[in-house]
Amino acid sequence: MHPKLEAQDIGLEYFQPRTNTRLMALGGVNLKIMDGEFVSIVGPSGCGKTTFLSVVDGLIAATSGRILVDGKEVTKPGPDRAVVFQDASLLPWRTVLRNVLYGLECLGVKTREAKERAAHFIEMVGLSGFEHHYPYELSGGMQQRVNLARALVMDPKILLMDEPFASLDAQTREVMQEELLRIWVQANKTVLFVTHQIDEAIYLSDRIVVFSGRPGHVKEIIPVAIERPRRLAVKRETRFHQIEDRIWSLIEEDVRADRNQRAVDRSDPNS
Amino acid sequence: MPATAGQPQMPAMLRFYFAHERAILGGLMVVLFLIAWEGLERGWWARLLHPLLGASAERWQLKPIFISSPTLVAQAAFRMFFVTGEIWRDLAWSGIGYVLGLALAIVVGIPLGLAAGWYRRFSYAVEPLLAALNATPQVAFLPLLVIWVGTGIGTRVLIIFLLAVLPLAINAHAAVRTTDPRLIRVAASFSASDWRLFRTIILPSAIPFLLAGLRLAVGRGMIGVVVGEIYGSAAGIGAMISQAGSRFQTDKVFVGVLTIVAIGVTLVEIVRRIERSVDVWRPPS
Repeated sequence: MHPKLEAQDIGLEYFQPRTNTRLMALGGVNLKIMDGEFVSIVGPSGCGKTTFLSVVDGLIAATSGRILVDGKEVTKPGPDRAVVFQDASLLPWRTVLRNVLYGLECLGVKTREAKERAAHFIEMVGLSGFEHHYPYELSGGMQQRVNLARALVMDPKILLMDEPFASLDAQTREVMQEELLRIWVQANKTVLFVTHQIDEAIYLSDRIVVFSGRPGHVKEIIPVAIERPRRLAVKRETRFHQIEDRIWSLIEEDVRADRNQRAVDRSDPNS
Repeated sequence: MPATAGQPQMPAMLRFYFAHERAILGGLMVVLFLIAWEGLERGWWARLLHPLLGASAERWQLKPIFISSPTLVAQAAFRMFFVTGEIWRDLAWSGIGYVLGLALAIVVGIPLGLAAGWYRRFSYAVEPLLAALNATPQVAFLPLLVIWVGTGIGTRVLIIFLLAVLPLAINAHAAVRTTDPRLIRVAASFSASDWRLFRTIILPSAIPFLLAGLRLAVGRGMIGVVVGEIYGSAAGIGAMISQAGSRFQTDKVFVGVLTIVAIGVTLVEIVRRIERSVDVWRPPS
């Protein structure tokens, strides 16, 4: 059986016109994600985790390697994958309902059926009654729920989540994490989740992919052997902290190396 | 003790004043200005200053032919609008040129600006020309326009077009360029076609810019009306102003100017209302 999502040796090189240099953003990422799995990517900032997510979605073309969904290569965005964007990125001139409908419109789904589906997912993310509100009338957490509903309504096989809770305050973020797990079970999706918060990754995921800094590649994959359903209290248990320590020590090396590298870059008059 | 004991109760007059402070101060200024003007023509200030300045106080009275007065202007306006009705012909004449010129500017300027914002190469191609045109006082083209199309309606339409087209094109261009790239990513992620991207992302986010451009264009078009007609036209508000001016009919000049002011303010206010009505999705500020 094929993995739901497979990245084969994904490499990405940028040309930077300003400095006239080539930048290796991704250096051969290999990853397999099985059906229904929840996998997170963590890594130092600038390691290319968000870029990798864009490659998986097809928004950025990789310089080398292939992305396979159910064993078939994909090169462009498609309805089998949907992104939950970092900042909610809602269309400000559309109400909640019409934001959720946006993807379906692009797909050409008939209005009546689209509205029923949208209503279903708006209810799932807990926003019933807010269908006709504009984004500016919603809190950050509510906007992210719309963002999530907009992706879920497409009924994608794979949900790509790009630091969706990064801009939320700590309490709201915890509530949203718990909600996300409930929705994940209910909607039965495969999730690839990018975050820089280690505890968030552990709490949510079956496996955690630790990225290494420039060029980004998979440093290690760490399984999270904590049974589900998980309560938020699990974050205070010893086994949780053990995983957290292990991931942090993996990332720490890169963060320090990156800082030293930047110091070298700065002192180098040619750069 | 009553609950309001802490705050002294304001007299009703003061409360009314603070509730309408903006309108009252603005209105007061206009009234003062009109009184000052009227007094200059009727010699109120000259008589008032006579004990102080003696004979030189005469300077504070001006001839009606020189500045007219609010009451004289009002009389002239009443005559021109309701007795002889001569101004309606001028209004219709100017109005046709204005509507045609502005419509042409909208039809050309907005698509041009949108296209320049959308297609980088097209933008490279037209930017120098637009920048040059923007840096010139467009009325300087009038003599050329007269040579090319004569003194008929064509010149007037073209000068209005020239004045109004730039703010429309420049704003449309900036609107496309400043579209939130995150929203473009959303559309791309949902495999939206270019046409859908334009319709659902670019255009809605451009509309406030387009309307702001239209507001500028409406005002600049009015300049075109007057300048175009002063330069050579048999009728129209601008021609009327210029003819009345050369005959020292100061009151008629003021009627023309004030009519243009009134129309301009009304048109800008209409655009402003439209702006507000399409902006329901923006947080009220």
